[in-house]
Amino acid sequence: MSGTVAVIDYGMGNLHSVESALQHVGADQVVVTHDADLIRQADRVVFPGVGAIRDCMAEIRRLHCDQLLDTALREQHKPVLAICVGMQALMQRSEENDGVDCLGLIDGDVRHFGAPLTDADGQRLKVPHMGWNGVQQARPHALWQGIPDGERFYFVHSYYVHAQNRDLVAGSVQYGVSADAALARDNLFAVQFHPEKSHRAGLQLLRNFLDWNGTC
Amino acid sequence: MGLARRIIPCLDVDQGRVVKGVNFVDIRDAGDPVEIAARYNEQGADEITFLDITASHEARDTTVHTVEAIAREVFIPLTVGGGIRSVDDIRTMLNAGADKVSINTAAIHEPELVRRASERFGAQCIVVAIDAKRVDDVIVEGVATPRYEIFTHGGRRPTGIDAVEWARRMAELGAGEILLTSMDRDGTRDGFELGVTRAITDAVDIPVIASGGVGNLQHLVDGVIEGGADAVLAASIFHFGEYTVGEAKAAMAAAGIEVRL
Repeated sequence: MSGTVAVIDYGMGNLHSVESALQHVGADQVVVTHDADLIRQADRVVFPGVGAIRDCMAEIRRLHCDQLLDTALREQHKPVLAICVGMQALMQRSEENDGVDCLGLIDGDVRHFGAPLTDADGQRLKVPHMGWNGVQQARPHALWQGIPDGERFYFVHSYYVHAQNRDLVAGSVQYGVSADAALARDNLFAVQFHPEKSHRAGLQLLRNFLDWNGTC
Repeated sequence: MGLARRIIPCLDVDQGRVVKGVNFVDIRDAGDPVEIAARYNEQGADEITFLDITASHEARDTTVHTVEAIAREVFIPLTVGGGIRSVDDIRTMLNAGADKVSINTAAIHEPELVRRASERFGAQCIVVAIDAKRVDDVIVEGVATPRYEIFTHGGRRPTGIDAVEWARRMAELGAGEILLTSMDRDGTRDGFELGVTRAITDAVDIPVIASGGVGNLQHLVDGVIEGGADAVLAASIFHFGEYTVGEAKAAMAAAGIEVRL
């Protein structure tokens, strides 16, 4: 039983795909909301994000989603899945928009891919990092269940996460640099890619999230 | 392992049905867009592009419903284009479940729309579609260089705008991706126009999708290796069951191109 999944909606972009993917993999109920009571009552929380970090952070704070997230994580100990800009927002600071302070729930920063960006053979790499890239699993985790190491997921981002505590890294992706593709700490799992757009592997990860008891 | 080159089946949709013309005439019916999108998703398509070619404005509701239906079934990125003229049109399509929106003619009439859309929704969801056609070569000191110009109205109306310059400008305004269609090749099955593909992929730092003219799997390979495209788009080779997306990927992999298998 997945129970109710609250997808935190702070007004940045379309969350239908996250919602319909969760329904597709069998979530009992999905609510897309920033209502404090609904989020508190939910059994699991998804913290998504699309768009520029400054606008996202402003809306997250204005709607008190930062406090709701903190409650879910540290008081209620619910399983939480952060996606894309949702993952970036957990860090201390992002270089995007001339530098933006983020939630600071995880030590580390969000960096630009830089230009010119090249791969190991000196080939020019385009930014945004857009498309299907392989994720190297740094360690076993309930959310990797049934997903082969190196499986490709769909990414679209120009900034990437670098966590200070490397023990939190659950997966990484190579694109000119080694970027953190997934971080895991206690009842929190955060991914840079879009599981809701990553076909079978992404749906499997969401299914795993619904089955997860929130232990690392 | 690096980033995979993408294969993107394209659905040209007229009043709720997938159609595909040869040089935009002689349109054949290929079926129900939701069924077809689901089939390509199963075959391992990396994205789906949905181009609404319905002329009448009244049919927009049909398009929105179709996009909603596809987005409920297909868990890969979905781009919607055709008739996108304003920030409101973009919002409507994103709310219907599109991940990206492709802007074509409206960008020519109002380039600032690209900037506004990119600032509002993020560059990652703004694709600028460029319909290019080869025109008379430019002669500089006796050396002829091919020149490509932007055309509108299905390739019938010239704009005088240089395609490579335009691509650069669109990237500067905040486009996240370029969808480049050769109007000389579209529907011909003669392969991509590789000259313009290479010129534009070299000119911009954002990803470029090559489109127009795919008739066999070697054409897809050529688009990546010779054209430098980050993604290749095709319609008719997939619609009528000639090739599956899986076969296309196998051919690309055999040519040494990294793909998602």
